[in-house]
Amino acid sequence: MRNPLAEKVVGIKPSGIRKFFDIVQDMDDVISLSVGEPDFDTPWHIRDEGIYSLEKGRTFYTSNAGLKELKEEICRYLKRKQNVEYCPQDEVFVTVGGSEGIDAALRAMLNPGEEVLIPQPSYVSYEPCAILANGVPVIIELKAENEFRLTAQELEDAITDKTKILILPFPNNPTGAIMERKDLEEIAQVIIKHDLFVISDEIYSELTYKDKHVSIVEIPGMQERTILINGFSKAYAMTGWRLGYACGPKAIISQMLKIHQFAIMCAPTTSQYAAVEALRNGDEDVEQMRESYNQRRRYLMHAFKEMGLECFEPFGAFYVFPCIKEFGLTSDEFATRFLQEEKVAIVPGTAFGDCGEGFLRVSYAASLENIKIAMRRLSEFIERLRKG
Amino acid sequence: MRSWEQNVEQERNREKDMREKLLSVIEKNSRIDMKELAVIMGVEEIDIANELAALESEGIICGYHTLIDWEKTSIEKVSALIEVRVTPQRGQGFDSIAERIYKYPEVNSVYLISGGFDLLVTLEGKSLKEISAFVSDKLSTLDTVLSTATHFILKKYKDHGTILAKKSEDTREKVTP
Repeated sequence: MRNPLAEKVVGIKPSGIRKFFDIVQDMDDVISLSVGEPDFDTPWHIRDEGIYSLEKGRTFYTSNAGLKELKEEICRYLKRKQNVEYCPQDEVFVTVGGSEGIDAALRAMLNPGEEVLIPQPSYVSYEPCAILANGVPVIIELKAENEFRLTAQELEDAITDKTKILILPFPNNPTGAIMERKDLEEIAQVIIKHDLFVISDEIYSELTYKDKHVSIVEIPGMQERTILINGFSKAYAMTGWRLGYACGPKAIISQMLKIHQFAIMCAPTTSQYAAVEALRNGDEDVEQMRESYNQRRRYLMHAFKEMGLECFEPFGAFYVFPCIKEFGLTSDEFATRFLQEEKVAIVPGTAFGDCGEGFLRVSYAASLENIKIAMRRLSEFIERLRKG
Repeated sequence: MRSWEQNVEQERNREKDMREKLLSVIEKNSRIDMKELAVIMGVEEIDIANELAALESEGIICGYHTLIDWEKTSIEKVSALIEVRVTPQRGQGFDSIAERIYKYPEVNSVYLISGGFDLLVTLEGKSLKEISAFVSDKLSTLDTVLSTATHFILKKYKDHGTILAKKSEDTREKVTP
């Protein structure tokens, strides 16, 4: 028999998180600070709208781009939050989670050999998606001393004459880093100078703990060269509903929509009805969840300080990214030993890129009670390590 | 530059904000200690102590109770809701009759409500007999009480925002990117 497989796919490394997952899966009574999704249930009124839509028999496809009323609500939301205008008819479409939007954007924009700049540490899908879209991923290693923000200089240094797209993953998973307006203004100059396009993954936009999130599309000259990706998973605790959206210039969106139309048809109808409710009446839920996350974030930062663990203060998403270089273990060794000795699961930073070495991603999408127990165990664990 | 009034306004908003957040945290967990409250709220411990003292003296915080599911103990307890229709008294409305009722130690709560009756009284006793005796001997015999309807509670599913019926489980995958 011939080899049935595509070399390109075979060549893609499996997600580094998988190995860790397998170890955790076999253990009982593990406290997990390794989860990349909210610990809250979807607010009831949103679930109720989903149920109601099923009762009414709304069980058919929607149009490819999504329900008209949902697209209109998305545009109203972006106007309200980011003060940017998108046309619901042809500048936005509803995707199966933010992930589909990223994939479709890369596939719609890349020609073979064109380079995609991917700042890391970052979410695991950008690099494989760029490869699957025949692009060439180019990694920009972000630095702890910059609080894992992308600087104009780092961007400038990575650009070649093949560079076409910058992926901008802020607020960031796994570091919790944010980009503030001045940071965005600085990189925007470089982006415009080199005529690049941006795929801005803003799935954590509602979860910032300093000022309100600023989108790159708010910076003059950027909206016309940016695909804005967002969704309902993190803000409204709707991960399992698989719903997101992509916004951008009509010329790009219409091509992305072609891919979506043939690969997906349309995003789940039930989820779309629920999402309309989320956007119309969900602000207060988001505010409450954000406050809970913020309390846990403060607790973690305080706990790290008390145990003398180095960590910059992150202001976004629901992750903190402490440095464990002082112990002379790799992230993988540290996480594995901590799991085996103390039964707490924390993902090694290397799952999000090689430059995550020496760091751990601690998710605070977990109850404060569990976080407290985990920190007590972490404190004991590092005491032991320090004593040798 | 910001005017002095704006600064005062901002400071007032900040205090109001902190007050609301503090109340919503301790409403769910009154045992949390001040040090931890200070950490999660991002303020100094002394600010928490002052705010709590103020909330107590203003009568906003009225007590720190424990939510107990008595059904899981061997102690027999019966609770009831009693709808009470009364004649309001001139010059005093419902207040003095409410006071007559809430002074009984077995009464848990008394609410003035809108709708088909006037007062809703909740009551806890050792047995059905004890509650019946209270209603027939004490409550119904009050001059202003026109009628009562007693509802015994058979099972508490949710109380004070907490689900008693079953424990919620974390069904998420243990590790996700």
